[in-house]
Amino acid sequence: METAMPELSRDPLQFPETIVSDRSMAENLTGNWRSLRPVIDAARCTGCLICWKFCPEACVKLTDKVPLIDLAYCKGCGICVRECPPKAMSQQGEAGL
Amino acid sequence: MKKVLMGNHAAAMGAMLAKVDVVSAYPITPQTQVVEFLAEQKAKGAFAGQYLKVESEHSAMAELLGAATAGARCFTATSSQGLAYMHELLHWVAGARLPVVMVDVNRALAAPWNLWTDQSDSLSQRDTGWMQFYCSTNQEVLDTVIMAYRIAEEVHLPAMVVLDGFTLSHTYEPVDIPDAERVDAFLPRYAPSQILDTKTPLSFGALAQPKEYFRLRRRMAADMKRAEDVIMTVGRDFGESFGRRYGLFDAYRCDDADAILVTSGAVGCTAKAAVDALREKGYAAGNLRLRVFRPFPADALAAFVRPGIPLAVIDRDYSPGGTGIWFEEIKAALYSREVRPPVYGFIAGLGGGDITSELLQEAWLKTLSGRAAEAEASWVEDAR
Amino acid sequence: MTEGNGRVPTDIVKRAIKPSVPSSELMTPGHLACQGCAATLSMRYALKGLGSETVLVIPACCWTVLAGPAPRSAVGVPLLHAPFAAAAATACGVKAGLRARGDQTTQVVAWAGDGGTFDIGLQSLSGAAERNEDIIYVCYDNEAYMNTGIQRSGGTPAHAWTMTTPGSSGSDLPKKDLDAILRAHHIPYMATATVAYPEDMVRKFSKARQIKGFRFIHILSPCPPGWKTEPDQTVRLSRLAVQTGLFMVYEVEQGKMRLSVPVPKRKPVGEYLAGQGRFKNFTPADVEAVQKSVDESWARLADEKA
Repeated sequence: METAMPELSRDPLQFPETIVSDRSMAENLTGNWRSLRPVIDAARCTGCLICWKFCPEACVKLTDKVPLIDLAYCKGCGICVRECPPKAMSQQGEAGL
Repeated sequence: MKKVLMGNHAAAMGAMLAKVDVVSAYPITPQTQVVEFLAEQKAKGAFAGQYLKVESEHSAMAELLGAATAGARCFTATSSQGLAYMHELLHWVAGARLPVVMVDVNRALAAPWNLWTDQSDSLSQRDTGWMQFYCSTNQEVLDTVIMAYRIAEEVHLPAMVVLDGFTLSHTYEPVDIPDAERVDAFLPRYAPSQILDTKTPLSFGALAQPKEYFRLRRRMAADMKRAEDVIMTVGRDFGESFGRRYGLFDAYRCDDADAILVTSGAVGCTAKAAVDALREKGYAAGNLRLRVFRPFPADALAAFVRPGIPLAVIDRDYSPGGTGIWFEEIKAALYSREVRPPVYGFIAGLGGGDITSELLQEAWLKTLSGRAAEAEASWVEDAR
Repeated sequence: MTEGNGRVPTDIVKRAIKPSVPSSELMTPGHLACQGCAATLSMRYALKGLGSETVLVIPACCWTVLAGPAPRSAVGVPLLHAPFAAAAATACGVKAGLRARGDQTTQVVAWAGDGGTFDIGLQSLSGAAERNEDIIYVCYDNEAYMNTGIQRSGGTPAHAWTMTTPGSSGSDLPKKDLDAILRAHHIPYMATATVAYPEDMVRKFSKARQIKGFRFIHILSPCPPGWKTEPDQTVRLSRLAVQTGLFMVYEVEQGKMRLSVPVPKRKPVGEYLAGQGRFKNFTPADVEAVQKSVDESWARLADEKA
């Protein structure tokens, strides 16, 4: 039996006692959950930061200019689009991009 | 220094000498004096640790989960329903590999209400991952609490120190209280490597995948096994420091015995008297008092028994639908061994009934003559 | 990193507007929350207010999952996962353990859902509140057991649909008045908050960390899958809950209540209820009943003030 399962023949005292989290979930890219992509119309953006403030993914980055949406994480919830005061944002289907 | 102490105060004294950082407890008869004593010592300034009062045993153990993960040495005490109510947390603390030490003062479980000693409360926590030590004197209670911290902190498993309700908890006996400085030398400060610390933000207890979970439990099994050696080493060291040596079990006049009583807890003392009485009548009786239930000392027990010398296992507990719990464990431990003596079981003293010397002698005689049923334990009652 | 539309404008060179909440982030992206989850927004704002000298204690709830499996975590502060019924007690224990190490300043925050607060964790919560333990207890209330797949909790509003209150009339039980229970514990600080008002929420967490003793913060946390709403509606619904008067945003310090977001003219509750799938079976009479209960609670508030 043990030859069929080599891991079991290891000294079990080499296995960890506990498993703690010391790495970041930022390693987990969630951009592929997205079906709708938020797009900012720079001409209409007033830099009000509402999109940054209301992002549940914390993936809108502050810049001196138009905010940057980190598409590696954006799940496409659309809150930023819905809340944008000057209506400078829209959603585009990922399939068409 | 010798003092006459009740078992509950001996337990509390052990926790004080172990310089526990955090005590969190909820009252239940017959455990109350353990925590009352600590509260009193705290009020007097004689106990430097924190004494936390909570609204339930579930919360008591949850607080210790938090405090131990933050790096504190932790203590609590409970009984019966309280221990049952803690059950979820017992699994949790063991799985988190936290060396919490708890005193359980044995008391039967309801319904119906009953206040008296019965090991069903502690034994039904068998599969939680806690080590379990059963004591037979108040001295042993105090000593075992101190030893339990060293063992628990070495193998990273929690430990339950068990004493009989009223029979030990409320009975006064002379107890030698070890010198605090020597206890400090015996028991170094608790210094875990991974704790809740904002400088190194770690998260504890997050979801583990089946493969990881399996390996964690495999490691726990290996540490439980390793604990048998650690218990022996620590018991020997304790003997060198304080003159009282402890092991996995305590054998009394077993060398030439024709049959051996197997007992635990305070019954182990009565059993010595029963053995002496039987010896006076010309019978070669012996008593093996088991001190450790988890890890179950199967190898040590197998090495101890002799061919054809039957065991009379006394259980002050019962697994409904099964039989006596010590009886089942002992049979399971010996089944696959070369030397496999007859094992007889006796269920006695449930709900605090007396397990007298006479009753034990009768069990021993039945065992010697092979009159005890082997398949299941006999229910025996004191004739009075 | 990709910009929204790839074009860099030249006319907005310097941003005139400063962020209205701290720009430091202690919650990471990559967490496992559903799209539009207010529980993540709540955590994001809470940590902005609390800062890094914080330990989180999280019982069974959505955050158990969305913080990520080992060996990863979505928060940059220590986190202890705890049994469902024991968030408050575990947090008290952490505080004691830190104290034993000489750490008097780190804030310990129990972070629980409505199930872990209104229901299974209430005993432990009440005990810690009554003893005025030095912790912050947060309930992010999404009004049902969402992590297990939308079952009714004591936080579920009357007649809302859940998996365990199926049928056209939903749950026939009202939402438990948890805030009144907490107020009866006479704790130094309690507050309500919701994600449409981030500045208010951040301020309350910063304020809470300055106060000693038991602090309680109740957050209304819209849940798109559980409320049967589109993910982009989260902030809008949170705002409507306040503007209709259904959810009062206030704080209570030393027994004194003060509205943090006054609502001089309340919108009709129908605006909040409409569009939520969990209320789709509401009849005009149901809506009227909700309106009546909201009007009554505001009238009571006015009476108390008078």
